[in-house]
Amino acid sequence: MNPEPSAVDTIIDTVSAVFMVVGAVMSLGAAIGLLRFPDLMSRMHAATKPQVLGLFLLLASVGLQLRTWWVWPVLFVAWIFQVLTVPVSAHMVGRAGYRTKHLHRELLTTDELEAVVQKAADKKTADRPDSGRQDPDKRAAHDDGPADDGAPA
Amino acid sequence: MSRRRISIRQELPLLVWLVFVWCALWQDFSPGNLLFGALIAVVVARLFYLPPVELGGRFSIVRAVPFAIVFLGKVVAASFQVLYLAVARGPKVTNAVVAVQLRSHSDLMVTATGHVISLIPGSLVVEVDRSTSTLYIHGLNVRSGEDIVSLRKEVRDAEAALIRIMGTREELAALKQEVGA
Repeated sequence: MNPEPSAVDTIIDTVSAVFMVVGAVMSLGAAIGLLRFPDLMSRMHAATKPQVLGLFLLLASVGLQLRTWWVWPVLFVAWIFQVLTVPVSAHMVGRAGYRTKHLHRELLTTDELEAVVQKAADKKTADRPDSGRQDPDKRAAHDDGPADDGAPA
Repeated sequence: MSRRRISIRQELPLLVWLVFVWCALWQDFSPGNLLFGALIAVVVARLFYLPPVELGGRFSIVRAVPFAIVFLGKVVAASFQVLYLAVARGPKVTNAVVAVQLRSHSDLMVTATGHVISLIPGSLVVEVDRSTSTLYIHGLNVRSGEDIVSLRKEVRDAEAALIRIMGTREELAALKQEVGA
């Protein structure tokens, strides 16, 4: 690298510095959210959004600083996998948390899922006595909706 | 379970992606590496068989590029919103679980919509009902009926944008009719 920094170098350095600081602030925001939000589901919001942006900004500044084109595909792959996996893990944790009642109902203004889950649970208990025809494990796997009569999608 | 044959055209996006990951990890996009990557991609796709993703059969790059930019902007907005809520409101934040009925019944569309709305402001997928393609969404900082309406609209808009990019022709026609009506 040149000993004399050019104008372009200064711009790149400034941009990557800003990206790094904002990215670190986003990760800090995720941590604050995890500590301060009242229940599991709002914590999942904190764990998904700022963290994805924080990683994006930090990867971008790494790319800017290394200044070789071949790091960009690796960074892109890293970020895409993050974008693909974070919503899935948040959904799985949120779903399990909802089912195991790890949430504060008094903080919900509306809950349109409660009735559905309740109905599915009632139906399952009602169907128990004559469940000889149908595999109970199979039923449990399907009880996730209003039309949960085992109908294939 | 019998294996359904997948046409090479249907498998092509997966293969291209695998080759891209291979070359990115080797940090080498030379023709030799591309060829070897393609070979490995085909072998992997044959050995580790997965049910094929049913693509809509069209992809509009003209719509995809603005969508990607808007999406990135929304991720930024979402992050600052969550940061603000975490610092300012913290334990007093109120939420809601809202059911949103989607238009499309294809797995790809439901998954893509779920991913997009998980990353844009104030929404997270709690539950998916595949048979009716309904998403149950946990909204952060939902305080009134209006917030619920706007959350629902946001999800439906995200789905509409995705249908315009890569939905099937039938979905697109239905959407056009709905917007026109």
